[in-house]
Amino acid sequence: MSASVKTDLVAKARNALDLNLPLTERILHSFIRNEVHKFGFTRAVLNLSGGIDSALSAYLAAGALGPENVLALLLPYRESNPDSRSDAEAVVAALGISSKLVEITPLVDSYFAEFADMDVKRRGNVLARARMIVLYDQSVAFDSLPLGTSNKTELLLGYSTLHGDMASAVNPIGDLYKTQVRQLSRHLGIPQPIIEKPPSADLWPGQSDEGELGFSYEDVDHVLYLLVDERYRPEELIAAGFERDFVERVARVVQSMQYKRRPPIIAKLSQRTIERDFRYPRDWGR
Amino acid sequence: MTCAVERLNAQLLPERTQKPLQSFRIGLAQINPHLGDVSRNIQKHVDVIAQAETQAVDLLVFPELSLNGYFLEDLVSETAICLDDSRLEPLFEASQHMSLLFGMVEESADQRFYNSGVYLEAGQAHHVHRKVYLATYGMFDEGRYLAAGEHLRAFDTRFGRLGVLICEDFWHPSAVSVVHADGADLILGISSGPGRGVSGESQDLRSAQTWHNLNNLYARMFTNYVVYCNRVGYEDGVNFWGGSEVVGPDGAVIVRAPYFEETLVTAEISAAALRRQRSLLPLLRDERLDLTYRELRRIYRERYR
Repeated sequence: MSASVKTDLVAKARNALDLNLPLTERILHSFIRNEVHKFGFTRAVLNLSGGIDSALSAYLAAGALGPENVLALLLPYRESNPDSRSDAEAVVAALGISSKLVEITPLVDSYFAEFADMDVKRRGNVLARARMIVLYDQSVAFDSLPLGTSNKTELLLGYSTLHGDMASAVNPIGDLYKTQVRQLSRHLGIPQPIIEKPPSADLWPGQSDEGELGFSYEDVDHVLYLLVDERYRPEELIAAGFERDFVERVARVVQSMQYKRRPPIIAKLSQRTIERDFRYPRDWGR
Repeated sequence: MTCAVERLNAQLLPERTQKPLQSFRIGLAQINPHLGDVSRNIQKHVDVIAQAETQAVDLLVFPELSLNGYFLEDLVSETAICLDDSRLEPLFEASQHMSLLFGMVEESADQRFYNSGVYLEAGQAHHVHRKVYLATYGMFDEGRYLAAGEHLRAFDTRFGRLGVLICEDFWHPSAVSVVHADGADLILGISSGPGRGVSGESQDLRSAQTWHNLNNLYARMFTNYVVYCNRVGYEDGVNFWGGSEVVGPDGAVIVRAPYFEETLVTAEISAAALRRQRSLLPLLRDERLDLTYRELRRIYRERYR
């Protein structure tokens, strides 16, 4: 009996995650225009990795602001998969946006040379943060706002680098689960190889998201949807037939990564502390 | 066809002195207010009023908190407006020729802040509805910053007897029922409705569908005009979906504004259509206010004894 309950819940999640694509596209285009323009900008810049998430942000930005107002930064490291660069170049060519190639190898290798014992995780975080430095600097040079490329799955799982690839001014795709990123990417005509290749942060050779996480995006999106959007309790999903270890692990990761989704905490001393009781919208006066 | 009231003694029962609904032209100003910038928003109102004048609009409706913006947080107290604020003068002035309903954070004499709908006519504030049901859950935080209104009242205007409700008030059928029972022939709902729910199963946003259902249901069940004015734009990434509409007493959509776009739409309110529908479907005639009151009184006694 529990197996059929699980089947029903999976079907429910699948239906809910199935996007109304034209409507989603319209809201996100308008979102980018609105939030970029009201801060006095007409242009946006983003790091284009060759992966599906940044490709989607680039397609949305080009559709919203016009290709002439979007700059894509290609920021390879010497160990980066060459396919990443050629996939990013395919996006640039397809959209007719401008691009700038900045090798980050000299920037990071001089630092790596100082700390020979760094593991791949530390090195990966340095790469992500070096790319953030370039993004924010180029955003000034291009008189533009930096666009985000983190999706909801990765934000919930904390599968990203704080102050690295998570850094942006405006993120159009942060409320789309990974499986929804794929749907919208197909709808917008993103080149098939980018949609179909196994997702990877490409921070070290052979890295794969699903290998590292230990589950498929489709499975985790269903569980995340039920836990987060529908507020099922983990015990309810387990009772319905979802695998206990999987559900508990997902719930634990979402909780333990909460710090990445919040600004740094501030020791409260005064009557009115920033964020706690000094509360203003970001679009204050816009 | 319409019943004159001028010769009736005011001592008669209230419904005998109620002015029947008149035919007139209504305008819905589906605007995108600037968050926390009252002066700019007043100018925006003045601009839309000028546009509405060219379309012979008699009553122009703006969305909830149209002078302040919605997700104000600590800006509530900083942008609150007293009704005698001189900045409102252009709106009072414009109301000499065109009746106006707009939304603002109203500061009361005892420094409470209300989410209010202000109805101006002939240079005077005819009615102020203070939002009763402050949305305070999920993405909404109104109860943290705002005081809740204590009244649900219909009121008389040059067009007849109207009611004003604000957004979450509409999600409480009891609130709509009270305004209806108080004689409103046309209910004005003003809103800052965030758009959410983009599932492929439906053509519209889920929030838009719910609102269209509500407006349709209230119009048909109360045999009333329902006017819904929602805003557009984005605040901190949240979209407001627009889709403002006028629904006739038979539930038919008379006009519906596009989604997500700033626009002014107009519609004719027809006294004859209201009369016709109430002849066809005499729900109002058969309504039993006395019985409802008795039963509510019993429930009240039992629950609060």
